[in-house]
Amino acid sequence: MRAVWAIARREFAGYFATPVAAVFIVIFLVLAGALTFTLGGFSGRNQADLLPFFGFVPWLLLFLVPALTMRLWAEERRLGTIEMLLTLPIAPWHAVLGKWLAAWAFCAVALALTFPLVITVNWLGEPDNGAILAGYLGCVLVAGAYLALGAAVSAMTRNQVIAFVLGVAGCFVFAAAGSPIVADFLSARLPVLGEVARGFSVAEHFGSFVRGVIALPDLAFFAAFTGFWLFANAVVLEWRRGS
Amino acid sequence: MPPNVTALIEIEGLSRRFGAFTAVDGVSFSVERGEVVGFLGPNGAGKSTTMRMLAGFLPPSAGTARIAGHDVQNDGVAARRHLGFLPEGAPTYPEMTVEGFLRFCARVRGCDPATVPAAMAVTQLEEVRLQPIETLSKGFRRRVGLASALLHDPDVLVLDEPTDGLDPNQKHEVRNLIRAMAPRKAIIISTHILEEVSAVCTRAIIIAHGQVLADSTPGALTADGRDLDTVFRALTLGEGEAA
Repeated sequence: MRAVWAIARREFAGYFATPVAAVFIVIFLVLAGALTFTLGGFSGRNQADLLPFFGFVPWLLLFLVPALTMRLWAEERRLGTIEMLLTLPIAPWHAVLGKWLAAWAFCAVALALTFPLVITVNWLGEPDNGAILAGYLGCVLVAGAYLALGAAVSAMTRNQVIAFVLGVAGCFVFAAAGSPIVADFLSARLPVLGEVARGFSVAEHFGSFVRGVIALPDLAFFAAFTGFWLFANAVVLEWRRGS
Repeated sequence: MPPNVTALIEIEGLSRRFGAFTAVDGVSFSVERGEVVGFLGPNGAGKSTTMRMLAGFLPPSAGTARIAGHDVQNDGVAARRHLGFLPEGAPTYPEMTVEGFLRFCARVRGCDPATVPAAMAVTQLEEVRLQPIETLSKGFRRRVGLASALLHDPDVLVLDEPTDGLDPNQKHEVRNLIRAMAPRKAIIISTHILEEVSAVCTRAIIIAHGQVLADSTPGALTADGRDLDTVFRALTLGEGEAA
């Protein structure tokens, strides 16, 4: 764990040593705010809640998270530092976990900086702050899930553009799997498939958190989803070692 | 380390193929404590590939390598604890400061933070310790890589072109450093500079087309009165000439 912690610390500081942190956070906050107030109709709804905001977060993360993860391994390969990193006395999963933890903490910082929305909604009315907290927990879990997927994709290629495009596509598959268009289409042909698609849908499981429900099956889904992609990342790393 | 193991580095029948190309073809040798082996060969001879396999970065297609009795593939973490490795080109994270990078390496390895100033002192990095590595000259970057390989005072040093890019004074310092450490360690350095072999190495291994062509002391190689340059050319250019 010492090595995981050391790697996570270095990576986290790395975001702030480059313009990545500033650009990511500013764009995230601008888009999240703008979408909430325009398309989301935050002010016109006359309801003290953050549903318009939470509705957009998974779709924003869909684009922004792969932008963070595309360089995770591709950059190490380009600089050759992967050779230095993997010849330290650590197992590949230490590096995988350390990088993911740092990226996750970074996303959590970006999400936490949306706090003025929480203050605003408390100023204007009396929202269910428990539900808002659950919604934020859901956002953090979605970010973690996308990060794990994006990092695994980044390990497959040294080309950052490919890593980004495949990352967005991969996240989109799991975001859209539960949407009515996909699920109804599948249900109409084979009802079982519709259920399966909903079961694997990030948006579907995220929905419960937004409604203020923290349920074990949803937590288990995110843990399993994230765990699977972190495992895949370590396997890909081992398999592509030196190629 | 088992007490009866005398050779700190043991390589047996090590081979690596990339598709149809055989980069390293059945290389075997061992290095004992106190030896400094100069690994010589033309570009593309398989020097770096052999060193990468020894460091556990690249899995071999055939054969085994052991460091301090630990197989680098099956018991890699234990093997790498005894290893200080300077990869080709001395890759480091460009945005980190010299001290920050070395602290990171120390943290991952779990060494005492006091090893960082000590390693900076022997590699003469103190004057640039707070500079980002990307602002440094090639010679300084090489010494940052060297410092990170020396941090934990390993039994085995594998240095891929440690003096490349250094000026004559710095080369002299690094050679003195290697000579000073030699009695306590097993050291392999790869180099193009033949005078370096006579200056610091107790043994020279000449490799071309992935095969070991000569393995002897620099004195024995030049025993017939030819200089090392002539011996090297004769061995690596044409077998006919060498015979």
